[in-house]
Amino acid sequence: MTLWQRYSRELSVAVALGLFLLLLAVAAPGFFGKNQLLTTLTATAPVLVAACGMTLVIVCRQIDISIASQFALCSIVAGLLAKAGWPMFLAAAGAVGTGALLGALNGALVAGLGLPSIVVTLATMVTWREGLRWGREGEFVRDLSEQFQWLGLGQARGQTLILSVAMLVFLGLAFAMKYLAAGRLVYAVGTDAEAARLAGIRPKRVTFAVFVVMGMCTGLAALLNAIRFADVDPKTGTGLELQTIAAAVVGGVAISGGRGNMWGVLVGVLLLACIAPGLVFLHLPPQWEKAVQGGIILLAVAADGWRMRKAA
Amino acid sequence: MSAPLLQLEAITKSFGAVRALQGISFDLRPGEVHALLGENGAGKSTLIKVITGAHEPDSGSMAVAGTVVRHFSPTGARRLGIACVYQQPALFPDLTVAENIALRLEPVRRLRRIRWGNRRAQAAHLLGRIGAAIAVDKEVRHLSMPEQQLVEIACALGASARIVIMDEPTASLTRQEQELLFGVVRDLRAAGTGIIYISHRLEEIFALADRVTVLRDGESVGTIKLGQANAAGARASVPPPVRAPGQPDSTVKETDLIRMMVGREMSHIYPPSEAKPGETVLALRSLGCQSSGVRGVTLEVRAGEVLGLAGLVGAGRTELARVLFGLTPADAGEIRVRGQTVRIRSPRDALACGIAYVPEDRRRHGVILTMPVAHNITMAIHRQLFPGTWLRLGAERALATQLITQLGVKTRGPEAPASSLSGGNQQKVSLARWLAARPQVLILDEPTQGVDVGAKSEIHKIIRQLAKGGVAVLLISSDLPEVLGMSDRIAVMRHGTLQAILPGTADAHEVMAEALGQSSSRDSARLAPREAP
Repeated sequence: MTLWQRYSRELSVAVALGLFLLLLAVAAPGFFGKNQLLTTLTATAPVLVAACGMTLVIVCRQIDISIASQFALCSIVAGLLAKAGWPMFLAAAGAVGTGALLGALNGALVAGLGLPSIVVTLATMVTWREGLRWGREGEFVRDLSEQFQWLGLGQARGQTLILSVAMLVFLGLAFAMKYLAAGRLVYAVGTDAEAARLAGIRPKRVTFAVFVVMGMCTGLAALLNAIRFADVDPKTGTGLELQTIAAAVVGGVAISGGRGNMWGVLVGVLLLACIAPGLVFLHLPPQWEKAVQGGIILLAVAADGWRMRKAA
Repeated sequence: MSAPLLQLEAITKSFGAVRALQGISFDLRPGEVHALLGENGAGKSTLIKVITGAHEPDSGSMAVAGTVVRHFSPTGARRLGIACVYQQPALFPDLTVAENIALRLEPVRRLRRIRWGNRRAQAAHLLGRIGAAIAVDKEVRHLSMPEQQLVEIACALGASARIVIMDEPTASLTRQEQELLFGVVRDLRAAGTGIIYISHRLEEIFALADRVTVLRDGESVGTIKLGQANAAGARASVPPPVRAPGQPDSTVKETDLIRMMVGREMSHIYPPSEAKPGETVLALRSLGCQSSGVRGVTLEVRAGEVLGLAGLVGAGRTELARVLFGLTPADAGEIRVRGQTVRIRSPRDALACGIAYVPEDRRRHGVILTMPVAHNITMAIHRQLFPGTWLRLGAERALATQLITQLGVKTRGPEAPASSLSGGNQQKVSLARWLAARPQVLILDEPTQGVDVGAKSEIHKIIRQLAKGGVAVLLISSDLPEVLGMSDRIAVMRHGTLQAILPGTADAHEVMAEALGQSSSRDSARLAPREAP
């Protein structure tokens, strides 16, 4: 089997991304200005990290729609800790730890009690979001120290840091899915949990672990996003569940579990992220962003359906 | 002579580069049972799908009662009176029996009103006609596989189908249920229905079919009239006498059909036992599990022995296996492995004790079709093969390649997805997974169900090899000749407990008598009545 055959799904999305970038290069070269490109990429990095976590959960045949609420909660935790005068590395650990905790709760409910993940995470999504609204009353965390925005490194170095961390997480998880024993377990449980159980694997543990890792990814993503600004918005991350699930689906991750890889998700995240700024540079009304994204998702799903029919 | 009900002429169908059917001609007359025979992948399913309108042929023609079919569609086929009873019934599990039957048969009334009385009466009537004692208000998911098949047959009956296709209808039926089914088939035939009957069990074909068409590699090898052969009611454990080719059809025998199927001479003889049973590996004492109805099972299995587990469906054989494998943990009695009392509460515990279980239905939770063959093989030894953080892909590949060679799995390679393999080869992959775990006790649940003759005999040889290597094998099979041919001893189960343990030399009659609880002779082999707890 050639590389093209095995990864045709991922590569065709990459080709679509390439074509879109080509169009931008011809019609709006301004898109590729250094500052513009860096801004777009830095804004996308947190989404990539969150989408990596989401991919793990989807490959394990689960879903987590509470990701946006977790994201907001972790952002606020990071902000409050920083404001309380904690050193930034502790505030960062606090954000990731909060994510792990929230993920563990989802995981315990889904794996431990055997509840459907869409229901569990719907409940936690509403609970965290409304809890946060009640706690903060929509108030930003303001007057943060110099050490918060860009971790006090200044914009250029801060952006480099955000991009590097995101790439590291991405590469680490992409590698883990393919070459680590634990990665194989996620695929096995996601394809057929009962078969995995018969083979002596403990699907509940795998499911729980996947939710915890996803929570940590979300916490880290929240941190990477928060340090781009001087204040922390309690409504940050709204719609992140759709962004991440869409990126995974466009990138070829099967919503039915067991199939997909991180490289496809990377391409999916980039494709969806380029649309909004791309529209601006093409002088098209930016209101069309969501519609275009929806169209791309439909196209990807329809293409999958067509391929399945052909294979059957 | 009556005109054919169904006439296929030179049907050809390709999928991509694969030619599934090459110029097949086939006909079915009213009041006839026409058997279709062939190894897995010979083209039987594709041919059925053409007849039922699921596939449109590339060329060739099909006529039903003299009218040429132009548009192939499942609805069209149903309208022409073609009904199909699939091996895996396609019923709605959450609807009741009556609702399932109504969905197929009832016309839509004005205002889509449902007359529940009529609906239930009709279902009861149809089920009554085939002698099936099934409550019409039961939800289908509570029915056993054979009961679901009976519901399917009732649907076909209710649709007054002129052509009924039965795809391995007896694969999961017990002897008794088979006889019931055969009665239904004979009644349908007497009423002038044409029946296309697919089965891997030659004895059934001899018992039922008027003609048999053999397919091989998408071509029709020939159609043979079985004529008188079934008049004797060939109970076909003993085949008719030997004959030279070219003699009258009435003495066609099993080996002839097998030769036509595989294109080579092939004995359907079970490999002889070379068992020199060693020490007792597995000992059960009054083992019970309330939730699955297993009670008071006392049994010993020795190294190198094949112990057949016989009994009717529902007698508790699979249930016992599930207790031993920790799927429904025991709540009474004890399990000893090599003298050590063990507690088995999950498959993981069972594997740790050296007990492996190859489940009944490889498509459900057996082989993971979308995963590569190699991943499937190493799944049960994940922890042992990858003790650290990393996957050892080289070691995995080597092990997979070795088992693929050892079991003769036909695959493009260890990285090919399991879905690209034929049923028999998937079953071998499932076996390979458990062989990789090097079990001391191997429980095989219907290991050759739905597997073609060639693969079946290879699996039998593998079982023998394993026993010779000192594995204690528990073989569950509804195929009585298989149990008789493979077992060193036969444990017969009935109503969740052990009825008798017979020597491997027992015959079909003795085993059936015990399974039905009608034994008379062999007092020595009978078990003492179960002591009160």
